[in-house]
Amino acid sequence: MMISQFFVLSQRGDNIVFRDYRAEVPKGSTETFFRKVKFWKEDGNAEAPPIFNVDGVNYFHVKVVGLYFVATTRVNVSPSLVLELLQRIARVIKDYLGVLNEDSFRKNFVLVYELLDEVIDFGYVQTTSTEVLKSYIFNEPIVVAPARLQPIDPAAIFTQGNKRMPGTAVTKSVVANDPGGRRREEIFVDIIEKISVTFSSSGYILTSEIDGTIQMKSYLSGNPEIRLALNEDLNIGRGGRSVYDYRSSSGSGVILDDCNFHESVRLDSFDSDRTLSLVPPDGEFPVMNYRMTQEFKPPFHVNTLIEEAGRLKAEVIIKIRAEFPSDIIANTITVQMPLPNYTSRASFELEPGAAGQRTDFKESSKMLEWNLKKASIVGGGEHTLRAKLTFSQEFHGNITKEAGPVSMTFTIPMYNVSKLQVKYLQIAKKSSSYNPYRWVRYVTQANSYVARI
Amino acid sequence: MAPPAASQRYPSPSQPSGKSEVSDLKTQLRQLAGSRAPGVDDSKRDLYKKVISYMTIGIDVSSVFGEMVMCSATSDIVLKKMCYLYVGNYAKGNPDLSLLTINFLQRDCKDEDPMIRGLALRSLCSLRVPNLVEYLVGPLGSGLKDNNSYVRTIAVTGVLKLYHISPSTCIDADFPATLKSLMLHDSDAQVVANCLSALQEIWSLEASHSEEACREKESLLSKPVIYYFLNRIKEFNEWAQCLILELAVKYVPSDSNDIFDIMNLLEDRLQHANGAVVLATVKVFLQLTLSMTDVHQQVYERIKSSLLTLVSSGSPEQSYAILSHLHLLVVRAPFIFAADYKHFYCQYNEPSYVKKLKLEMLTAVANESNTYEIVTELCEYAANVDIAIARESIRAVGKIALQQYDVNAIVDRLLQFLEMEKDYVTAETLVLVKDLLRKYPQWSHDCISVVGGISSKNIQEPKAKAALIWMLGEYAQDMSDAPYVLENLIENWEEEHSAEVRLHLLTAAMKCFFKRAPETQKALGIALAAGIADFHQDVHDRALFYYRVLQYDVHVAERVVSPPKQAVSVFADTQSSEIKDRIFDEFNSLSVIYQKPSYMFTDKEHRGPFEFSDELGNISITPEASSDIVPAQQYEANDKDLLLGVDEKDDNKGLSNNNGSAYTAPSLESSSSISSQMQELAISGPATSATTPQSSFGFDDLFGLGLSTAPAPTPSPPLLKLNPRAALDPGAFQQKWRQLPISLTQECSVNPQGIAALTVPQSLIRHMQSHSIHCIASGGQSPNFKFFFFAQKESEPSNYLAECIINTSSAKAQIKVKADEQSTSQAFTTVFETALSKFGLP
Repeated sequence: MMISQFFVLSQRGDNIVFRDYRAEVPKGSTETFFRKVKFWKEDGNAEAPPIFNVDGVNYFHVKVVGLYFVATTRVNVSPSLVLELLQRIARVIKDYLGVLNEDSFRKNFVLVYELLDEVIDFGYVQTTSTEVLKSYIFNEPIVVAPARLQPIDPAAIFTQGNKRMPGTAVTKSVVANDPGGRRREEIFVDIIEKISVTFSSSGYILTSEIDGTIQMKSYLSGNPEIRLALNEDLNIGRGGRSVYDYRSSSGSGVILDDCNFHESVRLDSFDSDRTLSLVPPDGEFPVMNYRMTQEFKPPFHVNTLIEEAGRLKAEVIIKIRAEFPSDIIANTITVQMPLPNYTSRASFELEPGAAGQRTDFKESSKMLEWNLKKASIVGGGEHTLRAKLTFSQEFHGNITKEAGPVSMTFTIPMYNVSKLQVKYLQIAKKSSSYNPYRWVRYVTQANSYVARI
Repeated sequence: MAPPAASQRYPSPSQPSGKSEVSDLKTQLRQLAGSRAPGVDDSKRDLYKKVISYMTIGIDVSSVFGEMVMCSATSDIVLKKMCYLYVGNYAKGNPDLSLLTINFLQRDCKDEDPMIRGLALRSLCSLRVPNLVEYLVGPLGSGLKDNNSYVRTIAVTGVLKLYHISPSTCIDADFPATLKSLMLHDSDAQVVANCLSALQEIWSLEASHSEEACREKESLLSKPVIYYFLNRIKEFNEWAQCLILELAVKYVPSDSNDIFDIMNLLEDRLQHANGAVVLATVKVFLQLTLSMTDVHQQVYERIKSSLLTLVSSGSPEQSYAILSHLHLLVVRAPFIFAADYKHFYCQYNEPSYVKKLKLEMLTAVANESNTYEIVTELCEYAANVDIAIARESIRAVGKIALQQYDVNAIVDRLLQFLEMEKDYVTAETLVLVKDLLRKYPQWSHDCISVVGGISSKNIQEPKAKAALIWMLGEYAQDMSDAPYVLENLIENWEEEHSAEVRLHLLTAAMKCFFKRAPETQKALGIALAAGIADFHQDVHDRALFYYRVLQYDVHVAERVVSPPKQAVSVFADTQSSEIKDRIFDEFNSLSVIYQKPSYMFTDKEHRGPFEFSDELGNISITPEASSDIVPAQQYEANDKDLLLGVDEKDDNKGLSNNNGSAYTAPSLESSSSISSQMQELAISGPATSATTPQSSFGFDDLFGLGLSTAPAPTPSPPLLKLNPRAALDPGAFQQKWRQLPISLTQECSVNPQGIAALTVPQSLIRHMQSHSIHCIASGGQSPNFKFFFFAQKESEPSNYLAECIINTSSAKAQIKVKADEQSTSQAFTTVFETALSKFGLP
């Protein structure tokens, strides 16, 4: 496994950092890469795949906050190793800079080079552990104020609209001190669940999956050991049963299909009492990833109706109902629906008194968009949108084949559908007065939430 | 650092050339160089940062080299680091100046602070200036002995850097031996890991000309070394674990206990959150269990869940890498994944490169029990906003239809697509309906009635148009207006830009003519006239040919153009099963992503750890390394067993491929089919008996030889002297093996001692070598072993090539000999047999 070069390009293709480790790839690789990605037209694909080969040079890239993290090599390496590494480099840099964006990169490029020199030597990965790197890194980060709506990591969603969360903590560098000079002792444990649901046209659930992560970010000094207790009725693996067998899954606790763990996690007592123990390294990392196809109650019910109303007209009615408790508030909800491509106009009608909702018909893509950003949906609430469509030509056949499906994106803080819980978070005590802040936070996000019509 | 291209670029008007800034910097640096004023380091830091920043954006700051070096006499580590960065970037372009830096770097290598020692050593080795290598040996030597592990890690990689600048300096200093001892004894895991990477690289490169390096490389795969690494794998970081796992893949276990020991050691690696660790482990498991069909299948079941979790937990890019591997496994063993089909449903927000893979996986896993659901799902995608994916989905439905026995429901769905009246949907569907009709002519009635209703004016895409025209010709009897539709199309001949469509028009007009002559005669006349006048060579030729054959005899013409057709049973796949096997052997590499074996996209020297040779299939080239490949071959046999029920069609196809193309194929093609034949021949275990007849048939066919016709016996040949130092590279061997006819085939017995000695196949290789007969490739497993040998006459460069298959249960050896000089092949065979007969005897 050898990497020849590593570089970071901006969205416009400017070099932000560039490191050549083995001098075996010809000049101009950054230009070659950028041109290829920008004008990827092969096979009608709109998006360049993360790995491609140009003249014997293999280019790997991941996109993080709109920046391209790229590695090149001539060797037939393990692709997931390189992509994993690129993602990890982004994370390490973020651990150091606090905020990852073009600006913070440019202000801290000497530090970034310092990191890159220790992460990779002559193309071989040395370490990507923020913890280990700390002893080799001497530059101090120049902290950049986080831009608005910084979507680098899922935890960033806590900074929006929820005052209970210390918003700045997640964008704090692992090496920088707080203004007061002393570091605040705190640890964050986030349970982030991305859900995918597909509803059939008659409202049944066709497929559903939860992809969850327990993410940890520790600012504890002295690396104390931590114990993390999960639900006692947690089960892993679904025996010989088909993964999509819903009938027998009720009432038997939380059943994960599968999960994996960060290398620092020790599972000595996991089988007996569902406890994970670990000494959390510095920086942000996933303690555990899990996947679940056990039946769960989808947080939103979507009802869509499309009806012809004359030769050149049709009406669309979309109704969404929040199926979670009323003390939970969802935010940043977007509903999208492709309309027949001969739609020329759409006029919208919201419920009387609806506030903070926005509707739009995107002429070029024939897309209906309904945003409920400001009007956060409270559990149990219901909202309806009516849209009157005008067509430029008569339609034939079945109008439902020409429109849809309806897709939704949303974020629901302090709520998780899997019912997986962190029962307690125990920190090995150094003294009786040692009582660091512990933040255990839940959030549910839509990954692919689709209702067919 | 900054791309050199940029630094030499002529400054663009929008970007300041930086000339005046650079000379400013130069003056300022000079002022600070000697200063000992307090706070001077901070000012230096600012200046250094400016220099580095210019360097990054592509301004040439090499002119301040001297000043930078002068300023670096400091104890401030941040400054030092920036200086090293700068020096590393410009040293190669300014070898004279680099001499300046050597001095201070060497001094820093002896600093009290291990951090500075390490950094200085790294910079020193990164200068990449050939005439300075003499200065590296000393610091490297002491770096390897340093009591600080950070310095040692850097020194180990430094040795590798030195090797790349000057291999002889590195070897002469005996660094590889030092690394080996460090690798086996150092207490620091990263030092050990770096030793392993460095030694693998050095010995692989050395192996081409040094037998010792070959042996050393081989020794990395010995049982003690492998277990040394595996037993302490958790001490290494995740990246080094990947390195160790890649090494372990090449290890040949001694027995099944060995296999289970390793699997138990590595079991928990499958739960690692790092996809690269998991995939490397999966590869070890797959390769280890090749000879155990049941366990192999269990491995598939075991890894399935882990891979699915990784697919859904990472970024889209990481998912893609894992999914590509899952795709490979699904296509190999679809029945194992048949119940998991819902995992391969596309999500609306996935990138199209992911969707495409998933569609192929859905196609692969479709079977009687899940086809209905899968096709229903695919039909949803046909209306997708992303047209490319909509098209792929329709094609997927078609492919499923072609691989199913019960297609009723699917045909209905396809016909519904035609009713959607979207141009691209109609176009894709027409092509599919055509293929379906070729396989299931019994559906013609239903299809034709729908296809007949499509107006040819609405179809623009050449492929779809050609498909429609084909159907018009083929089913002219059942489509009442076929002659008139064709006539219409023919009248617009001039506007038809696609030669493919014009060719189809000619043929369709002919077919229609044979069935409905009076209605078609006129149109055919126009078509032939237009065709003969066509500027496109193929169209012209076909029209002229039709014209002449019609002139000769209409009945003959009908037999030629429209003979009774047999339904196509299986459509040829684009990829041969040999290629697929090769990709499987290169699991966890780019080959899986590109769906191509590495030799198709990588230069030879960069194939990295997956150095399976393309020349001779998976049979290894060097005798020393011959054991590497046993697992790969075992796999062939066993995986085929495993999948036979599902994938029989592949075999048929492989056969017909070889029959059809062996002679005319371009050289790459034919060489790969040769190697695949060799590969098949080398299959070990029980499958051999089943495949041998087929493959030798392929061989004969390939060479066009009467295999059994031995040449006239040469009268008592003189004793042949062979060159003990003969050399032949594998490429040349392969070429000769392909070109030369078989001079002799011989069967002889092998004495029992020899059979016993064959438990270590290398022993035969060494034995034959002592008789100046050299092994170029070997493979197989008890009871069948296979070797390729070559030898050269002592006096002249005349080569003998031999293939020797030894069956240990029957104690027989089959020998095929090919020779540059036919006349002496008998003599060589005698020498060969004599040598073989002494095998195992004291």
